[in-house]
Amino acid sequence: MKQKLVIIGNGMAPGRMLENLLEASPDAYDVTIFNAEPRVNYDRIMLSPVLSGEKTFEEIIIHGDGWYIQNNITLYKGHKIVAIDRAAKNVTSDHGVTEPYDKLVIATGSNPFIIPVPGANLPGVLSYRDLDDVQAMVLAAQARSKAIVIGGGLLGLEAAAGLKEQGMDVTVIHVMPTLMERQLDASAGYLLQKQLEDRGIKVMTKANTKQIVGEKRVEGIELADGTIIPATLVVMAVGIRPNSAMAKEAGIEVNRGIVVTDYMQTSDPDIYSLGECAEVGGQVYGLVAPLYDMARVLAARLTGDTEAVFKPVDTPTKLKVTGINLFSLGDFAEGEDRQEIVLRDAAAGVYKRVVLRDNKIIGTVLYGETADGAWFNDLKKKQTDITEMRDTLIFGQAYQGGSPLDPTAAVAALPDDAEICGCNGVCKGKITGAITAKGLTSLDGVRAHTKASASCGSCTGLVEQLLKVTLGDSYNPAAVTPMCGCTDLGHDDVRRLIKAKQLKTIPAVMQELQWKTSCGCAKCRPALNYYLVCDYPGEYADDYQSRFINERAHANIQKDGTYSVVPRMWGGMTTSGELRAIADVVDKFAIPAVKVTGGQRIDMLGIKKEDLPAVWADLGKAGFVSGQAYAKGLRTVKTCVGTDWCRFGTQDSTGLGIRIEKFMWGSWTPAKVKMGVSGCPRNCAEATCKDVGVICVDSGYEIHFAGAAGLDIKGTEVLGLVRSEDEALEHIVALTQMYREQARYLERIYKWAKRIGIAEIKKQIMDDAGKRQAYFERFVFSQKFAQVDPWSERVSGVDKHEFRPLATLTLEAAE
Amino acid sequence: MNAMTKHWVPIGNLEDIPLRGARCVKNGDMTIAIFRTADNKVFAIEDRCPHKNGPLSQGIVHDGCVTCPLHNWVISLETGKAQGADEGATRIFPIRLDGNAILLGLGIGLGTGA
Repeated sequence: MKQKLVIIGNGMAPGRMLENLLEASPDAYDVTIFNAEPRVNYDRIMLSPVLSGEKTFEEIIIHGDGWYIQNNITLYKGHKIVAIDRAAKNVTSDHGVTEPYDKLVIATGSNPFIIPVPGANLPGVLSYRDLDDVQAMVLAAQARSKAIVIGGGLLGLEAAAGLKEQGMDVTVIHVMPTLMERQLDASAGYLLQKQLEDRGIKVMTKANTKQIVGEKRVEGIELADGTIIPATLVVMAVGIRPNSAMAKEAGIEVNRGIVVTDYMQTSDPDIYSLGECAEVGGQVYGLVAPLYDMARVLAARLTGDTEAVFKPVDTPTKLKVTGINLFSLGDFAEGEDRQEIVLRDAAAGVYKRVVLRDNKIIGTVLYGETADGAWFNDLKKKQTDITEMRDTLIFGQAYQGGSPLDPTAAVAALPDDAEICGCNGVCKGKITGAITAKGLTSLDGVRAHTKASASCGSCTGLVEQLLKVTLGDSYNPAAVTPMCGCTDLGHDDVRRLIKAKQLKTIPAVMQELQWKTSCGCAKCRPALNYYLVCDYPGEYADDYQSRFINERAHANIQKDGTYSVVPRMWGGMTTSGELRAIADVVDKFAIPAVKVTGGQRIDMLGIKKEDLPAVWADLGKAGFVSGQAYAKGLRTVKTCVGTDWCRFGTQDSTGLGIRIEKFMWGSWTPAKVKMGVSGCPRNCAEATCKDVGVICVDSGYEIHFAGAAGLDIKGTEVLGLVRSEDEALEHIVALTQMYREQARYLERIYKWAKRIGIAEIKKQIMDDAGKRQAYFERFVFSQKFAQVDPWSERVSGVDKHEFRPLATLTLEAAE
Repeated sequence: MNAMTKHWVPIGNLEDIPLRGARCVKNGDMTIAIFRTADNKVFAIEDRCPHKNGPLSQGIVHDGCVTCPLHNWVISLETGKAQGADEGATRIFPIRLDGNAILLGLGIGLGTGA
């Protein structure tokens, strides 16, 4: 007598299991399947091509009705099992069919996870799981609806690409900073985002859905920051959860999924489970390869094989979107015992990274060119020692012996209209044209004929690379000091290229400029972060983790790990109330040291990090804001008492100092900026050794800059004399903005001025009113985003993780 | 109990630590820094640079390393060793992830009460 095998679920895993079973032993079982979906077994991973219109449903059917008849399998379509009676060994469907079993297989798959936000159950909110979802999406597309896909993982992006293909206006909302962060590193994630955006798909990262809005059906979504995006279709593709409810009700052991042994047996020896609902060794699986392996194991076990076991292996990930090639495999984390080989080709949009341990591949990320994925997978699986081919490994199988990439490729790939010299408005085509037409062979020649690199000089490196690209080996540019070990480009090259190529994120810079490491280092990351903040003040989101601790904690770290706090005292003026508030804070928090600084302020030293928010709260109540004594930004404006009190004072130096400080506080600069305003040439505010200083005289305001009183000692240079306070402010602001835009990170004003020339600065700030005005306006614009008191922000809860321990453990006695 | 079993203490969840950042765990008088790298690897090392005891948790995290905020020593998160020309090492602790929960391995491997 045949045994009765009942299967709940008719997805790909049980389908494959049956194929294996029928092949090995066609007459062993009398098979009955209950399928909650009203249809036959189809290839679920091909839903994306159905959505995009590249395939029809018929083309993705695995087993048609004929197959079930031919194999004597009873298939109940549209029957959902409502009860498993383990004592009587039978199951009952919602249509009242009861079927006895000898062996039962639970293959209920998974359910899409629906984010529990208001409006999640409105009509028009879909998941992306089965043919019905695809049908609803295609219908919406045919109504020219706008769609939002929540979730920038594998499934979400396939849905987005499919919807776009159907002609919809699609926005992807992703909560993480980069797309597909589980499978891709930031560099590959950047390329993916760029390619999707090129197709017209809008991508919003770090975007948190607050609610889905709409009266009777979806009208849009609202993000946590209040942004409302209109849409008539919302697809949630944020993940799946094993569908194990039925097993749990039947009293079978369930954890995240249905707990099974490595041969697919549940806690009931007559009941098996496989597919996305099964949990093996604490893991649940969603990719098809391991699920098919489960099918092989279960089929073997059901036919009496006692050896077959399921062994998890790394499965490569691919995105099934036509024209987007990505491949991810294994472990691509960095580590002490690992080495990486990175190849970037910015022009072709290619990124390849192979992670090695003991000269064997353990992980691979490929973007743009994935033809060698299988080869890398094979090398990894076989644990081949790659020592012999190490130099050429990254170029792939066919390229053993290929030549390394030309370091000037990034410049060579620029379009002819890319602006190289910002000062004189010279584009690439003009420079290369002049080199060829005039037979130029040197930097001076290019300067004479095109003016490129003849002003501030920050594009010199690029012009030299253009000479090299155009002339080949006959030109040998002078060595540029690279920013750090992560790149061959110098600071000036990087700044110019950020502008020329409109690079707006750190991963974008690293990819397009062919960084040699995957996530930079402590030298280049703070520099890039500053350059992006400076160039794109309204758009760029500050990268908190690329700032030094002082700029993250908004206080100054001391040798013992405590912090010092310096509140702002505008122009060095204070009141009895402020002093009392400081005294109270010192007492309340038992602050061990209080010191008057050289910048006319009060420094409280030795504060524990976890006390900082409370200290700031108290200081804030007294009206203090952060003095940014830690920042690469405006620090102090030191003043004397001027005409208010002094018998020699010629102007209101205190008033001007306060005005400058109130206008400019909060701005980020390449290095710290300290200023001073003296009311007469006796110069009590020591303005002539500051980054920027003002000496008031009877006839107006003499503006000074480029002084130093630190590692180097240097008197200031005179920028010029202006008549009014308003003019003084405009000139100082414009000078600072010019410095912000041109200097290298950590380069003080005096070093920048020496490099580009005092005369050039005077020309642009004193003589060219249009340029001065433009600098001034750009500074004012950036201040809109910069003038936020970091202390009150943190008192109100921003970055609170920074100031609290993750956990405090109580020591327990050893067992 | 297995004498070799470590004492695994739950200390929080993965999302509690910023990417390329760190949080601290106070264990009596020792501070242990828990790092999360760009690729979601979690490491635990004592919050003390071998150079001049700088709080490593406050440094910039890049690749599998942290740069100390005091004098820019670069310490490997996996081995605790100073990189480049500098010499010295910081104590490291094992970490286990259970889903999103982070477990810190404390105690020596050889149990005394076995």
